[in-house]
Amino acid sequence: MGNKIVYVKELAPLTKLFEIEVPHIAERGKAGQFIILRVNDEGERIPLTIANRNPEKGTITLVFQEVGKTTEMLGQLDVGDEILDLAGPLGKATDIPEGKTVVCVGGGIGNAVVWPQVQALKAAGNRVIAILGARNKELLILEEEITALADLTIVTTDDGSYGRKGMVTHALVDLIDEGEKIDEVITIGPVVMMKFVCKTTEPFGIPTQASLNPLMVDGTGMCGACRVTVGGKTRFACVEGPEFNGHEVDFDELITRLAYYQPEERSSLEDYHRCRMEDAADNLPSSK
Amino acid sequence: MNDTPKKPKRVFNKSKTKMPMREQAPMDRIMNFDEVPLGYNEIEAQQEALRCIDCKTKPCVAGCPVGIDIPAFLKLVGDKDFEGALKKIKEKNFLPAICGRVCPQEDQCEMVCTLNKPDKGREPGGVGRVERFLGDYAVEHNLDIMPDIAPATGKTVAVIGSGPAGLTAASDMIQKGHDVTVFEALHKPGGVLFYGIPQFRLPKEILLREVSGLEKMGVKFVMNYPIGKSESLDSIRERFDVVFIATGAGLPWFLGIPGENLNGVYSANEFLTRVNLMGGYKFPGGSDTPVKKIKRIAVIGAGNTAMDSARTAKRLQPEVVYLVYRRSRLEMPARIEEIHHAEQEGIDFNLLHSPIEIIDDGKGAVGAILCQEMELGEPDDSGRRRPVPIEGKVREFAVDTVVIAIGQGPNPLLTADCPELERNERKGTIVINDLMQTSFENVFAGGDIVTGGATVILAMGQGRVAADAMHRYLMTGDPHEQGDDQSAVCPNLT
Repeated sequence: MGNKIVYVKELAPLTKLFEIEVPHIAERGKAGQFIILRVNDEGERIPLTIANRNPEKGTITLVFQEVGKTTEMLGQLDVGDEILDLAGPLGKATDIPEGKTVVCVGGGIGNAVVWPQVQALKAAGNRVIAILGARNKELLILEEEITALADLTIVTTDDGSYGRKGMVTHALVDLIDEGEKIDEVITIGPVVMMKFVCKTTEPFGIPTQASLNPLMVDGTGMCGACRVTVGGKTRFACVEGPEFNGHEVDFDELITRLAYYQPEERSSLEDYHRCRMEDAADNLPSSK
Repeated sequence: MNDTPKKPKRVFNKSKTKMPMREQAPMDRIMNFDEVPLGYNEIEAQQEALRCIDCKTKPCVAGCPVGIDIPAFLKLVGDKDFEGALKKIKEKNFLPAICGRVCPQEDQCEMVCTLNKPDKGREPGGVGRVERFLGDYAVEHNLDIMPDIAPATGKTVAVIGSGPAGLTAASDMIQKGHDVTVFEALHKPGGVLFYGIPQFRLPKEILLREVSGLEKMGVKFVMNYPIGKSESLDSIRERFDVVFIATGAGLPWFLGIPGENLNGVYSANEFLTRVNLMGGYKFPGGSDTPVKKIKRIAVIGAGNTAMDSARTAKRLQPEVVYLVYRRSRLEMPARIEEIHHAEQEGIDFNLLHSPIEIIDDGKGAVGAILCQEMELGEPDDSGRRRPVPIEGKVREFAVDTVVIAIGQGPNPLLTADCPELERNERKGTIVINDLMQTSFENVFAGGDIVTGGATVILAMGQGRVAADAMHRYLMTGDPHEQGDDQSAVCPNLT
């Protein structure tokens, strides 16, 4: 089995960082690529982007939010536990330009993916500006790590509890208005955020890559669950993406497709919560 | 008085028709995912085997893509020597429980059987049924029949993909004394045998049992390891003396009509993967991979995968399952038995209907599928009569789910990573020579990644041919060189 968890850190409420021993992925993974994992034998396959990797230690870093049954079960694991199945690195790596000015716009859990992108961009001699968005200060993740790498880091929170109050797009517009010459934007985060980042850059003709997060089953191009419309053509995000020209992506279709299984996912999570509470009740000391 | 007991004289079974096989009644089986045909018992198997007249010409052996000595194993079954019969089969085929179920025998061994005289009402020997009985007999009696394994050669073999071609090549190569490692991209072994063929046609337990047999013989399996991603083909070529690529046809085709990305439209691969590989029919509770509650579903296509999809859908208990196909019954590519089973189960066949649009229900999901009605015109390149539209005649099927089962192409995951490997640009298939060798000397390829999409047994046949060629390559440096090993003769490769 392998895939041993060697380090766990809680980055924010319900948001965890795992370091996992998977030497072949640590060796070959690149910024923008993802893995697929399964927690147990009834488990579903879920994709998670590789947040960082350490080829010397043979580890990869995953950051995830406990929003469904599978991610909650994953969150129950601890140092020393092994993940049943883990395959990767999958998908195409981010296209890394050289000697350009690149703005990385992340939101929420997407900031975990901005992290390796900033690393790779800096390594290729780019000037990198990171715009990190979060709902509030408590939910902001990896600010320190990214600030240490980027030439400039701007934080925005929806409620103004930290950094600038407002959306990432406001910060992006200000950068453009201030006359910052931006060669490229890379964005990753909630689909609605990416949609508006792309709408912001489009009139200025700034090439914008969006890292898409459609539903996936196998992640190897076999099933087509992850199909997205880009420039009027159907593409498989798992093998042809996950990053695409954001100005050509049909984000509304992606939003609709992502919502398809929400009722089932919700009921699955509720069942899981009920089971866990019943188990907990069974383990209570007898009241007699 | 007779002191030496005489061997009883063989009594042939002169029945013109096959011993019937018991099966679940259609109305029962659509309520479960259990296997449909229930298999022979010992007496039924023996009686069927005794129908073989042991003819001189043995056309069945040549009709079998892996060259099983069919009359020999039938004779042993006739003598109730089931273990001996299993050994006989396993000389050529390590996966009888699988082949007995999924081989199209009616186009192979049984088609050419001397007994087969449909005009005289005489059916061929039930080779597939007896083979399946033996495979199941081994499982029930926990018989581990290990073939002889040649002394270790010290040579290493990488098999990429654990589907039918890969498993066959792995089985052959380990028997020839090589050190074999199989790499699989998914979390379960078997390739299409696991994710594609439904539980009710090939129970997963049977498949896993056959795979564990290979493990006992020494084959190593590495799961969750897609070559081209987890490791490059170049690296594998360096680490192993010879490589066999059998990555299959896992790239689904879509129709290219409006509405195909609506929610509720699945490729057959996704639909079957959700249900078979991920056990989605047990959601919630037994599986965390959801499958929507389906009310009305249309399956597009008429091949075996379409039948599997339609019959799988039926077991999810919708109101109606439509099968929509643009040609007529004669042109349907599925096995007759599968079509028959689908009809028995109440699949609603709509032939000569060509989908033209999938209609939105107003919420981004499927509301209906609009089809053009067709009629048959002149024959096309494939020799089949071309369907042509009947002007002005369209028909709308109200459905909430559409499954597209019109075929698939070779999976490009590995080939995309290795552009130097020669392939057919149009089809995406890997180019091989007559002995399945690719443009890289120590890399061979077989199965759907070479054919573009065919049957399980054809893939297995190619796995066998490739194994023989790889063995000669390893021992002599030339796959054509027979050397001293005269046993390595290729069976027919059709």
